[in-house]
Amino acid sequence: MKLILGMLHRDLLIAWRSRGDLLVALCFFVVVASLFPFGIGADAARLHMIGAGVIWVAALLASLLALPRLFAQDFESGVLEQLLLSPEPPVLWVVAKILAHWLGTGLPVVVITPLLGLMYQLEPGAIGILTATLALGTPALSLLGAIGAALTLGLRGGGSLLALLVLPLCVPILIFGAGAVDAWASGLTVQGHLALLGGLSLGCLALAPLACVAALRLACE
Amino acid sequence: MTMNLFRFSSPQTFYPLAGRLVPVFAVLAALSCIFGLYLGFFVAPSDAVQGEVYRIIFIHVPAAWMSMFIYVVMAFWSAIGLGLGTRLSFYMTRALAPTGALFCFIALWTGALWGRPTWGTYWVWDARLTSQLLLQFLYFGFIALTSAIEDPRRADKAGAIITLVGVINVPVIYFSVKWWNTLHQGASVSLTKAPSMATTMLLGMLVMAFATWFYSLAMSLYRVRGIILERERHTDWARQLISKGEPK
Repeated sequence: MKLILGMLHRDLLIAWRSRGDLLVALCFFVVVASLFPFGIGADAARLHMIGAGVIWVAALLASLLALPRLFAQDFESGVLEQLLLSPEPPVLWVVAKILAHWLGTGLPVVVITPLLGLMYQLEPGAIGILTATLALGTPALSLLGAIGAALTLGLRGGGSLLALLVLPLCVPILIFGAGAVDAWASGLTVQGHLALLGGLSLGCLALAPLACVAALRLACE
Repeated sequence: MTMNLFRFSSPQTFYPLAGRLVPVFAVLAALSCIFGLYLGFFVAPSDAVQGEVYRIIFIHVPAAWMSMFIYVVMAFWSAIGLGLGTRLSFYMTRALAPTGALFCFIALWTGALWGRPTWGTYWVWDARLTSQLLLQFLYFGFIALTSAIEDPRRADKAGAIITLVGVINVPVIYFSVKWWNTLHQGASVSLTKAPSMATTMLLGMLVMAFATWFYSLAMSLYRVRGIILERERHTDWARQLISKGEPK
């Protein structure tokens, strides 16, 4: 536990000291979401219809944007190698790093989502559900993305490769996330969606760090 | 007398074995392909509902089966490779990937050609089509990742990890897409075939399925021979083979 907290503190500190990077990811999210009305027209009914999906896709892309940084600095400075050599179980500090990454990139997206929801004419109830799905689903995005980040560590063209690897895996999360708002709009219960999203996040939490550790060991061999 | 099959887990012993098997499977593939296509295009009757268009299933369905099956086989070899550290398993995984991607592409393409006259559109966001498309992305991801990593051993293992991650995800993707589809479109077009299938149709399809099996075996063994030679080129036996100009 101490290890997790220590790593979390360190990574959050680093993130805070380079907070410009985090702001870029957040701005990217807002810009992508605001581009859609220019592409499809500002018709309020149409925006209302696609709002949840657009915001989810934007969140997915924004989480992707920040992923290459997750392990890159530690890899270049050799910290990662030292961590892997240390006797502590690597799964723990990997989870801490992913958590710190989510706090830096996922959480701001969740917090700013209600504003974007207003821009897309969503009702307060829909905004609440959209925010809840993002809060439940973005951890899974960070966890899945971390696998891709670890696998592409130190490769040329890593960023676009990362997208190709991670995006197909994120489809279920996107489906349930955006689907919950649709279900709510058509008067269905959303509990199932939220439960599935939470389940996916927990499943990723159980399995993704293991794959991450294996991939990091490979990168540092 | 016990025959030790594990003997063939060494690239050196597997290389000549694969060399002997490739022509056998290639011939079998050609024969069953000719026979299957003959059954499909000349013997099998026209479909009562779809007319002649349905005949694309003789290519489409076996290709789709094979594209999914190859991914599972790749995952199997990946697990063996990561668990036992056998080089040959990784070679097999990488030899299978292009064939799997090819069948995936064939399945998507023929499906689109069939969809146009039957459904009136090349593409619907049906659960099967969509998950097949995502499977294609998984194949591309695997190939892109393994070819982007220069250190071959890291490429092997990274490919194995992403294959295993993918294979865990495939059922999740399939069911989520299926559910998403029913949510969005209600009673949409279903791929279910006419209830009764003439025996010759089924036979033609099965023979074609065998053809894809033999083709995949022949192609992957052929490819794995190339990979073995390339990766084992530092060993004496491989160097001898190469200098003799034998790699036929």
